Amino acid sequence: MAKTITSKVFVVRDNIDTDQIIPAQYLALVPTIAEEYEKLGSYALIGLPDDQYPEKFVPEGTTKTPYQIIIAGRNFGCGSSREHAPIALGAAGVEAIVAESFARIFFRNSVATGELYPFDSPQRLCDIVKTGDEATLDLDNDRLTVNGTTYQLKPLGDVRPVIDAGGLFNYARKSGMIASAE
Amino acid sequence: MTLTEKILARASGKTHVRPGDNVWVNVDVLMTHDVCGPGTIGVFKREFGKNARIWDRKKVVIIPDHYIFTADAMSNRNVDILRDFANEQGIEYFYDVIDDPKGQWRFDTAKGNGQRQFGRNFSGVCHSTLAQKGHNRPGEILFGTDSHTCQSGAFNQFATGIGNTDAGFILGTGKLLIKVPETMRFLFDGALPRGVMAKDIILHLIGEIGFDGATYRAMQFEGPGVSSLSMDDRMTITNMAIEAGGKNGIFPCDQKTLDYVNARTAENGTKSTFEPAEIDADQSFIYDKTFDLSALEPTVACHPDPGVRKLAKELGHIALDRAYIGSCTGGKTSDFLAFAEVVRGKTVKIDTFGVPSTTLVLDELKATKWDGQSVWEILTSAGVRMTENPGCAACLGGPVDTFGRMNTPLKCISATNRNFPGRMGHKESQVFLASPYTVAASALTGKITDPREFLC
Ligand code: SF4
Repeated sequence: MAKTITSKVFVVRDNIDTDQIIPAQYLALVPTIAEEYEKLGSYALIGLPDDQYPEKFVPEGTTKTPYQIIIAGRNFGCGSSREHAPIALGAAGVEAIVAESFARIFFRNSVATGELYPFDSPQRLCDIVKTGDEATLDLDNDRLTVNGTTYQLKPLGDVRPVIDAGGLFNYARKSGMIASAE
Repeated sequence: MTLTEKILARASGKTHVRPGDNVWVNVDVLMTHDVCGPGTIGVFKREFGKNARIWDRKKVVIIPDHYIFTADAMSNRNVDILRDFANEQGIEYFYDVIDDPKGQWRFDTAKGNGQRQFGRNFSGVCHSTLAQKGHNRPGEILFGTDSHTCQSGAFNQFATGIGNTDAGFILGTGKLLIKVPETMRFLFDGALPRGVMAKDIILHLIGEIGFDGATYRAMQFEGPGVSSLSMDDRMTITNMAIEAGGKNGIFPCDQKTLDYVNARTAENGTKSTFEPAEIDADQSFIYDKTFDLSALEPTVACHPDPGVRKLAKELGHIALDRAYIGSCTGGKTSDFLAFAEVVRGKTVKIDTFGVPSTTLVLDELKATKWDGQSVWEILTSAGVRMTENPGCAACLGGPVDTFGRMNTPLKCISATNRNFPGRMGHKESQVFLASPYTVAASALTGKITDPREFLC
């Protein structure tokens, strides 16, 4: 099935760590409890320093972000192993992140939860694109088009079917690795 | 094969693995805590059913340590979720805050976060607990829902952090699919000079390769310099492999490893059999470099990430508001002894907070006497604010009433392991990472200070 995502982008720079994605004070929220999942979304990226990021990622008084695509620099998601990080972003409505590189655990958690598509970009897009620019992500061809230019991203490869399936468990069930839930 | 490759090959029933191979490994220990445990349990129940049983009740270790001594009701509730699960599943190793298995944990605000309020089963910071309570064994596979799980690699095991979904999967199956990482080798030569600590080694290495220099990779520490490092030193080093992006950090197994592990497993009655991974003659590395430990100097990682490396002696112009000693990497007994050596008989100039990582550390600080005075008293009479409640405390900020948390934009020097913006509380606060010696010397002067000025 052809899949594209069109949305305004939110642009962040290097080393956006899990404390900036979802500050530690909100970690008592348990992602598998529905209301707490929604709440996590409303706090996504609330730890970004205000002076560098005057634009709010999730506007005050709402639980969803107008940006379904995030553009980032190096080492996105570094820091803790908290799965609250990709979950908060997913709960806020993020579908994909295009970064110059990801921290390993964040990448793995994004895939395991199926919350979002983590694309590596050979180009440093955070220097080229601005928050609010309109972009289209073509998942089948691993391409991002923004401001009339198309950028080739690194293919997701093995992990695409896991995210498509909705995460590790659905994927493991489909492939017969584990039995279906009761 | 490298140490990591050998352990992964054995755990996946293969004779040989190569970097890039995806293998299903059998898990020896899964550790979780109060922040990620409830979510992990939630995933397990959602996916395997509400009456599902975990794969092995002796291989799951649950350690509440993060948000314990706080009035935050949700945090208190999370400890209760862990207790219910431990009871339901008959989990043997649960280091509960309270003694009553049917009770509920409620923080006593009258006692506050400084005065002792925990029962006899409580231990404290998860990674320190794994070591002290006999859950670290050479050659094994350990996963934990915490990024600093890599600390356990000090004991010649493969140990790494994972998220709740992966952990929920392990709870049900005892297995996980992982990619074999490439290995970077760091060869140590010589021994540390006076005033320089294990923390300085790892801060130096992270500065060398960068905050993402080991992303997806294993960091293997070897060489003649290793024998001079204690198990505490090795834990300080492997703990911070993640701060360079590393998947795991690992040391070879030697007599020091065996002595430590044999003593702890015997004392706690945990599994005492294991098979260390020995160093092969044919190993291939993606990076291989020798470091002369005797040439290192007191090192600091400056705000805003662990890779911003400077020498302490270059930073005398940075005035500080606060000093902090604690955490898995910096709250061990040996860390406090080093700190006490510097502040003994003097008075700190800025607010200084100390958090023992575990109850064992607390007991040792009270029992260790120097000229008739306990180390605990030496610290408190120097003006250090010590809490009797071991745990993570302000290492990761936590709820606003957490001991030592920065609730305003302060500058803090800390013996912890992470200094991204907002890590210890307020998002405009700044954290400088350094050894216990350097933190102590800086606490005395109120600015970043090379500790060799205070050590003879
Ligand atoms: S002490 Fe700090 S780094 Fe260690 S486990 Fe606790 S929060 Fe994490």
